Amino acid sequence: MSGYFKDIITGLKSLAVGLQITNKEFLTKPITLLYPHESVKMYPRYRGHIELVKDPETGMNSCICCGMCEKGCPSGSISVKSEKRPGVKGKVLTAYILNFTTCSLCGQCVENCKPGAIRFSNEYNLASTRREDYIFNLLEKLHPEGIPEPEVDPELLKKELEKAEAAKKAAAAKKEAAAKQEAAKKEPAKEGGESKAEEKS
Amino acid sequence: MNELIRLLSYMICIAAFLGLNLAYLGWVERKGAGHIQRRTGPKDVGPYGLLQPLADGLKLMSKQLIVPANADRPLYMCAPILTMVPAVLLFVAIPFGEHLVPREFNFGLLMMFAFASVGGMSILIGGWGSGNKYSLIAGARAVSQNVAYEIPMLITAITIVMITGSMDLNEIVRQQGGFFWNWNVFRLDKSILMPVSFLVFFICSLAETNRTPFDMGECEGELVAGYHTEYGGMGFGLFMMAEYANLVIGCSLTTVLFLGGWQCPFGLFPGPHWFLLKMYFLIWCFVWIRWTYPRTTFWGLLNLSWKYLIPFSLVNLLLTALFIKVF
Repeated sequence: MSGYFKDIITGLKSLAVGLQITNKEFLTKPITLLYPHESVKMYPRYRGHIELVKDPETGMNSCICCGMCEKGCPSGSISVKSEKRPGVKGKVLTAYILNFTTCSLCGQCVENCKPGAIRFSNEYNLASTRREDYIFNLLEKLHPEGIPEPEVDPELLKKELEKAEAAKKAAAAKKEAAAKQEAAKKEPAKEGGESKAEEKS
Repeated sequence: MNELIRLLSYMICIAAFLGLNLAYLGWVERKGAGHIQRRTGPKDVGPYGLLQPLADGLKLMSKQLIVPANADRPLYMCAPILTMVPAVLLFVAIPFGEHLVPREFNFGLLMMFAFASVGGMSILIGGWGSGNKYSLIAGARAVSQNVAYEIPMLITAITIVMITGSMDLNEIVRQQGGFFWNWNVFRLDKSILMPVSFLVFFICSLAETNRTPFDMGECEGELVAGYHTEYGGMGFGLFMMAEYANLVIGCSLTTVLFLGGWQCPFGLFPGPHWFLLKMYFLIWCFVWIRWTYPRTTFWGLLNLSWKYLIPFSLVNLLLTALFIKVF
């Protein structure tokens, strides 16, 4: 009989505790994230699709267009397009195209990249109904406001121009020499000794 | 003629009051559930999701009514209507204010209990008529639960009748006038167990309205959706509305019997606003309880009634009789 009343009292007490807890939760702010209107800030180590790294000094990518990522990609999802520009050291990246439909996020490209020009992004909001939406030009993604032109080094440009001129001259000289030689060949009997002298010099 | 106008105006007022309550209690419940679980609840349809009941109603009304092949067709069709009838009818005796009573019966309390029993029957009819084993089990459960909980509820109501000497609900409220210690919950001079009696009545009304933790009739985990498993569209809608109507009636009755109905706690400006305030507070308690406690087992449910509520209400009845005779 004593257990009977004890049960009632402890039972009522525990019920009251339960009500207190829900009341406390009712008065605190909801923690729901209203997804389409707002979304989660992803953790830094989340492995999304790759992206180009912006060099904080130059504001450009640090890709040297070696193509190691392209070669290392097991599914052939990457294609790097580059060109040589006058007055700019090395090659200039013109397009970095990632086909995300075949990418398996293995990270071989990030491993292979010597200058550390690519990394995993934190982007995860990628749902779409169109296949074309998954072919990313990472260069355009890095510079959404427009791809900036690489800075031209005037000294390098001068040197390059000189070099080009010298090359031109050399080419011209070579051409001339070739023309002379041809001319000499045409008349081998007439000026045989002259050609020998040229060889010596 | 005057009586006819009075009748018509009350019909319209009650239909409007009931409609508004049924629609927005659903909203209150979902919003309450959301915030208790630290969600936001409905918020997209209208400001604060206030148009959600309208959208839900339109959706339910646009659904096709499908009668299952092995259902008992007439019973299946009439059960949702039958469950709504007592829910609407019972408002006729509830005193919202001193002069705001649809009809003053001198047997109002008796009528309440008589028609409230029809609700349990309609659940059984719905469960039986669906031709589904889960619905049938749910119907049987609901009836045995209603039988078990009607006894302590009635005994407690008899205690009130003994104290006030009337079954007229408005008269019962009138006798609780003045300050709040005149309310039947705090009438310790009539029986020192009156607060316990209030608790018994409150628990019984929870069980009678088939609310969690006593919603054995529609426990989703075991019986799909209970007695309304086979109902779709407005058939289900009527069952849902009847549940909320019963909730309003249960809370109104508790307010009238124990909390002084339209009386002000400090004896100032009694009126319908006090009645509504107390009733909605009780309804909020129902919502609060629903989202706090898990469902009891069927064994625990009957155990609570037969081993705790009935003995306590009986003891209170005897004590009240003693107090009235002695003092």
